[in-house]
Amino acid sequence: MRNLKRQLLAGPYILWMAGFILLPVLMILYYAFTATGGNFTFLNVSSITFSVHLKALVLSLKLGLICTVICLALSYPLAMILNSMKAKSQGFIVFIFILPMWMNFMLRILAWRMLLSNNGIINSLLGTFGLPGIDILNTPTAVVFCMVYDFLPFMILPIYNAMSRIQPDIIEAARDLGAGSLIIFFKIIVPLTMSGVVSGIIMVFVPALTSFAVSDLLGGGKVLLIGNVIEQAFMQEYNWNLGSGLSFVLMIFVIASMALMNSRGDENGTGVW
Amino acid sequence: MSKKLIDLTHISKSFDGQMILDDLNLYIRENEFLTLLGPSGCGKTTTLRIIGGFETPDQGSVMFDGRDITNLPPNQRQLNTVFQKYALFPHMSIAENIAFGLKIRKKSKTYIDDKIKYALRLVNLEGFEKRSIESLSGGQQQRIAIARAIVNEPKVLLLDEPLGALDLKLRQDMQYELIRLKNELGITFVYVTHDQEEALTMSDTIVVMNQGYIQQIGTPQDIYNEPVNAFVADFIGESNIINGLMLKDRLVQILDVKFSCVDEGFGCNVPVDVVIRPEDVELVSPEQGMLEGHVVSLIFKGVHWETEVLSNGFEWLVHTTQMHPVGAHVGIRVDPFNIQIMNKPESNDEKAVESHA
Repeated sequence: MRNLKRQLLAGPYILWMAGFILLPVLMILYYAFTATGGNFTFLNVSSITFSVHLKALVLSLKLGLICTVICLALSYPLAMILNSMKAKSQGFIVFIFILPMWMNFMLRILAWRMLLSNNGIINSLLGTFGLPGIDILNTPTAVVFCMVYDFLPFMILPIYNAMSRIQPDIIEAARDLGAGSLIIFFKIIVPLTMSGVVSGIIMVFVPALTSFAVSDLLGGGKVLLIGNVIEQAFMQEYNWNLGSGLSFVLMIFVIASMALMNSRGDENGTGVW
Repeated sequence: MSKKLIDLTHISKSFDGQMILDDLNLYIRENEFLTLLGPSGCGKTTTLRIIGGFETPDQGSVMFDGRDITNLPPNQRQLNTVFQKYALFPHMSIAENIAFGLKIRKKSKTYIDDKIKYALRLVNLEGFEKRSIESLSGGQQQRIAIARAIVNEPKVLLLDEPLGALDLKLRQDMQYELIRLKNELGITFVYVTHDQEEALTMSDTIVVMNQGYIQQIGTPQDIYNEPVNAFVADFIGESNIINGLMLKDRLVQILDVKFSCVDEGFGCNVPVDVVIRPEDVELVSPEQGMLEGHVVSLIFKGVHWETEVLSNGFEWLVHTTQMHPVGAHVGIRVDPFNIQIMNKPESNDEKAVESHA
């Protein structure tokens, strides 16, 4: 009886999940595998092989991968530096990293548009020092730039979290047993932060793969990601069947990447994902 | 006597302007079980960490086997540490943990496998190679930490309160295990603890420390029977520490009553600390006693009754095998050779230094 009462507490969330997660997924599945008339078809899903769709998917995977690699390359040393700082300053720096996340996502993207535009702040700054301007707005570079900026905290935090859980006496024990800095890094620190790295990769790669707002606003219609193709199918062509079919393919990629990363194991439970 | 293996000379160390160790001198002999004993903050762990290489002293030098190792990093020292919280590598199996130091030294696989077997047998955990760290109890983890340290055949094993996190029964078992291990391995143990019973049970030599100074160095018997000052007497076992007045040689006045004792050379009418162990106080009938008093508290401790007797304004702690009920009128008697006389320190600083000089 007590158990039942407790389970009832989950009621509101279950309702929410059913209405806004489960139902839409089922609807997408329905639309993905039916034609306009309601007949069963594979056409919507298989249309991913159309060159324009395939190109968008490949570009999404490519930019997502680049973004993830850059985030990882920036975050790991940063987390190490952060972890070696005094506890007081650690809290402050982490706060600074989280601060941009309190701002609206769209606002941040628009801010980058202002910064990167041909007559924008960066170019005028470069101009005052007599340096040549940069012309990266409306290119994949700008999209990657902004995605790295947006998703960086999602990489830093889980890695920093895993790193800060390594007890100092574990490092001392390794030194005591004869390990130099390189061995300590590769045999102790890297394996013990792997779960954080895996969480970080998932939390950066998945939103980067499915992003469409960044490419929309910073790509100027020239950078077509799979997210943009899906958005167009829904919003401009009102072709829910095609949009759902492509969404289904994207979902498979998302689930596959998550399964792949999770199979690397989270034995220590140090990840936050 | 065997030769000196580790020699600490004029070691000073402070953290954030606070002096932890001040001009500490200590040597450790080969094949000795030496215990650094003291309350928290006395500098015992810092001393151990300086020997292990985890701290560098501000002043002074550390000699190891005739070689100056003051600035040598821990990974180049011929000693290993067993940490208080075990510090096992959580991502490795037990065998991998034990093999860690040997792999760094590039030993062959057969050598490593033999060593793992040998070490696990030594700590009574045969067949545990494949197990994960989480599957072990605290006591088992501590044994693995010891196994991981000793496979490297260090000349000295440093142990930083290794039994602190274990429960009483297990702690007592491990004390005997550690003595056995030390005898089997024939190496030097440097042990840090705040537990006087642990120190008395295991050590060849005890170093009692307080506020960064060594108070007394000696065998467990020396330290217990002949404490050099009130701090040591109080820290090692239980004591009655009473203000006294040394009237002349072999005569001391405690609580307005004259007691004969065996100490000489303190001068005439000098205030002193008088230390009497609770088991050395005899409860007799009021007429036979040197002092009279009433029992104010009585606790059964198994081996003895812990009795508190209020007499002339002082609460005597008495360990006796005879039961005297609360309120009983009793007499107190102490044999002259059981009365220990100590100079009173004149200031707090002196209290810390006095035996050091």
